[in-house]
Amino acid sequence: MQRFTKLFCELDQTTRTNEKVAVLENYFREAPPADAAWALAFLSGRTPPRVISTRNLWDWASVETGFPAWLMEECYESVGDLAEMLALLFQDSGGGTLLTLSQIVSERLLPIRELADISKRQLLVQTWRELNRPERLVWNKLITGEFRIGVSKTLVVRALANVAKVEPAIMAHRVLGKWQPTAEDFKQLLKPEGQSDFTARPYPFFLASPIEIKLKSGESIADEFGDVNDWQAEWKWDGIRAQLIHRAGETSIWSRGEEMVTDSFPELVNAGKFLSEGTVLDGEILAWRGDRPLIFGELQRRLGRKKVSDRTQRDFPIAFLAYDLLEKDGSDIRAESLEIRRTLLENVLEESAHRFASETPSEQTITQQSLALFTDETTESSNAFCLRLSPVLSVASWEELESIRSRARDEGVEGIMLKRRASSYGVGRPRGDWWKWKINPHVIDAVLIYAQRGHGRRANLYTDYTFGVWDKGELVPVAKAYSGLTDEEIRKVDHFVRKNSLEKHGPVRIVKPELVFELAFEAVLESTRHKSGIAVRFPRMNRWRHDKTPAEADTIENLRALTSSRPGLSIHELTHDT
Amino acid sequence: MLLQNTERGLFCSAGDFYIDPWKPVDFAVVTHAHSDHARWGSKHYLVSKIGEEIFRARLGPQANLQTLSFSESIARNGVKLSLHPAGHILGSAQIRVEFQGEVWVVSGDYKIESDNTCDAFEPIRCHTFVTESTFGLPIYKWSPQKEIFAEINEWWRDNQQKERTSVLFGYSLGKTQRLLAGLEGDIGPIFLHGAVANFIPAYQRAGVRFPAISVTKPENVRATRGKAMVIAPPSADNTPWLRKFGECSTAFASGWMQVRGTRRRRALDRGFALSDHVDWPGLMDTIKATGAEKIWATHGYTAPVVRWLRENGWDADAIKTEYEGESETEGEDLPETTEQNRED
Ligand SMILES: [Zn+2]
Ligand SMILES: [Zn+2]
Repeated sequence: MQRFTKLFCELDQTTRTNEKVAVLENYFREAPPADAAWALAFLSGRTPPRVISTRNLWDWASVETGFPAWLMEECYESVGDLAEMLALLFQDSGGGTLLTLSQIVSERLLPIRELADISKRQLLVQTWRELNRPERLVWNKLITGEFRIGVSKTLVVRALANVAKVEPAIMAHRVLGKWQPTAEDFKQLLKPEGQSDFTARPYPFFLASPIEIKLKSGESIADEFGDVNDWQAEWKWDGIRAQLIHRAGETSIWSRGEEMVTDSFPELVNAGKFLSEGTVLDGEILAWRGDRPLIFGELQRRLGRKKVSDRTQRDFPIAFLAYDLLEKDGSDIRAESLEIRRTLLENVLEESAHRFASETPSEQTITQQSLALFTDETTESSNAFCLRLSPVLSVASWEELESIRSRARDEGVEGIMLKRRASSYGVGRPRGDWWKWKINPHVIDAVLIYAQRGHGRRANLYTDYTFGVWDKGELVPVAKAYSGLTDEEIRKVDHFVRKNSLEKHGPVRIVKPELVFELAFEAVLESTRHKSGIAVRFPRMNRWRHDKTPAEADTIENLRALTSSRPGLSIHELTHDT
Repeated sequence: MLLQNTERGLFCSAGDFYIDPWKPVDFAVVTHAHSDHARWGSKHYLVSKIGEEIFRARLGPQANLQTLSFSESIARNGVKLSLHPAGHILGSAQIRVEFQGEVWVVSGDYKIESDNTCDAFEPIRCHTFVTESTFGLPIYKWSPQKEIFAEINEWWRDNQQKERTSVLFGYSLGKTQRLLAGLEGDIGPIFLHGAVANFIPAYQRAGVRFPAISVTKPENVRATRGKAMVIAPPSADNTPWLRKFGECSTAFASGWMQVRGTRRRRALDRGFALSDHVDWPGLMDTIKATGAEKIWATHGYTAPVVRWLRENGWDADAIKTEYEGESETEGEDLPETTEQNRED
């Protein structure tokens, strides 16, 4: 427990990624495997669920510390983290425990859940008394099932990969696989690279550079990019970049950032069966209905589901839009030109679609279609082949491309990709061959009207804001945003909120309409869910308009004028209320 | 009542004087030189002798200062006035007011644990105690400063190994001097940002000893990159001034650092919960030691302190002061969210 607490503190005390990885590496090297196994379980998000009800925890802590519930609540307000508040509340510090992490887990954490209240309380209080302050914090995090610390799974994987001397992607695959927090399994995770690691290994992603220069006319883009015929243009999709890998009869899906998302997309795993052995596709996973993408929020909602049931697949249909082929018949073809890879990709997808069509029994199609009569049109898509070819935009001139780009918003995409036809598939983000050309966001000026506390490290600050614009002399809420300000600005707004609250409604404070912010967003959509009748997509705070008074903020008419006319969309904002 | 809370501040009508008034008055008795307590413009000030130079710097050369040593007392209209160490910063005093057998003590800001930069706090028996409650929640319980300084010095050594300059943020009056006095000067050179250097000579003339301090000249700054300790005001974070020290590890010394979220929001590497204010156990112990039946709480968490005291048998009230306004204070009186513009 000492060593793990030290790790916790050291991770908490640095903001540097490399240092975090180094600290983790040290720990995994030095800790006994039985402890390291549990540490990895906790760090990779496998915390046991809450073992003591919140109610009991408050009551017992209150009796043990002698502080009444109302005072504990005041403390909680200031700390914003239950585990930490409880750790700080104890006036006396225990000497610290000699138990190892695995002993704490097996002798305290796991048994405590099963105990009757009286013994549960005894064991809890005994542990609190033994532990010193930092240990108590770690322990409280474990018993409240909220073991989150400022370190991502990716960093943990990188550290383990360094210890084991294998590639991070391989380690990510292993960590996601089946293992128990035992010394034996932990040692297995650290073994050198073997044949079994290969099956799911993705290639490093080739990333595009943004086109930032303001291109005004066809001429200036020609200056930068030369002959339009040297380039392949595609939509820039607004989804999750992923590789779909089909090897040794298995399909796995990797998102960027060494994250395996296979389990989230069973329909893709199913579609993968129709690919030939040794195929790797690069593309984008999108929420998709019929022949159009849905907004990213739909995909997020789907990712938010723990279990992907048939129902989830029906309610949140997806598609994989393939735009590159990296491996064919087991050979790495990344060195080939995009032109060649594209042709091969088209063949591969066509073949697999054929196989799908011939191997999918037609009755199933009928059953599902008739079912659709009783449910809604959503069933239709779950039966479609969800591997799709991302189309090439054929353009004869830069002017034509620019006019297509100006249409991008209506197509539900983020902009345009430009890829040099002669280029091979690179590694990382070398400039020159792959470019992304985003749509310029809309901006409006809106007034801060409600505020709510944030989450995680912002739990005791008002960081989540709702903004309003004028509608017949009244400010109506149109967007929620919680990003875009500096820490310094957030502190100032927080201070303003505390001093200028007109009313409190649960966690929401209604504030004096005084502060004006410029909001940027990607689109305005009609919405029946919102009082204002519209919803904005990806709102964020561009800047604080100190120079504007609330009266100078935009009106609902200004916003409506930006509404795009995409049909068939269901609107869910990317905010906390979904 | 001997003292009343008025719109100008605490007022003693029998003695015709104010304590820490926030508007100009004829006669002001001032607890300490932080700018939320020592305000410009009054005709006459009574302050502690040892803090004279600092008060002078704060209140201006024209200010009419009368000083009083900690052992002395004076009488004003039959009201006996004396000052007693508060342990907060150099020259900080509690103010004892006695009239016809009734004793009131106004604590100003205070800290229980004694340190080398000012006279140690002592509890004074009284009937009514006016106490600060900046950190008036039980989550605020300070570790002994010896432990915190050991951590700070260790952090400094550790940064040297990683060839990083240590940048420690603290307020200019009180915290900077206390930090300096706790640093091990033989670890490496110490630099001060201009904004925190002002009061050093006054402290030295009052007999406080510090390790050697270097001045931030370009030539010696370069040579000490990765070795030095730099003390700077919090407002120096993310400024070009800091860049000349090369790669830095940043930390903040303040009682607010007790809570991890406060540090993490500022994206600092380290937070040291070193405060010049009383913590919760110290507050409760002091209240008991004064023997006071009536408590007035000011600053910070007045509401929970008052409620707790009432539930435990005291006659307690919160008094509203303007110390908590948006003024440029330099202590750590304000919750972190309200501390903008505290320093230049
Ligand atoms: Zn002060
Ligand atoms: Zn103060």
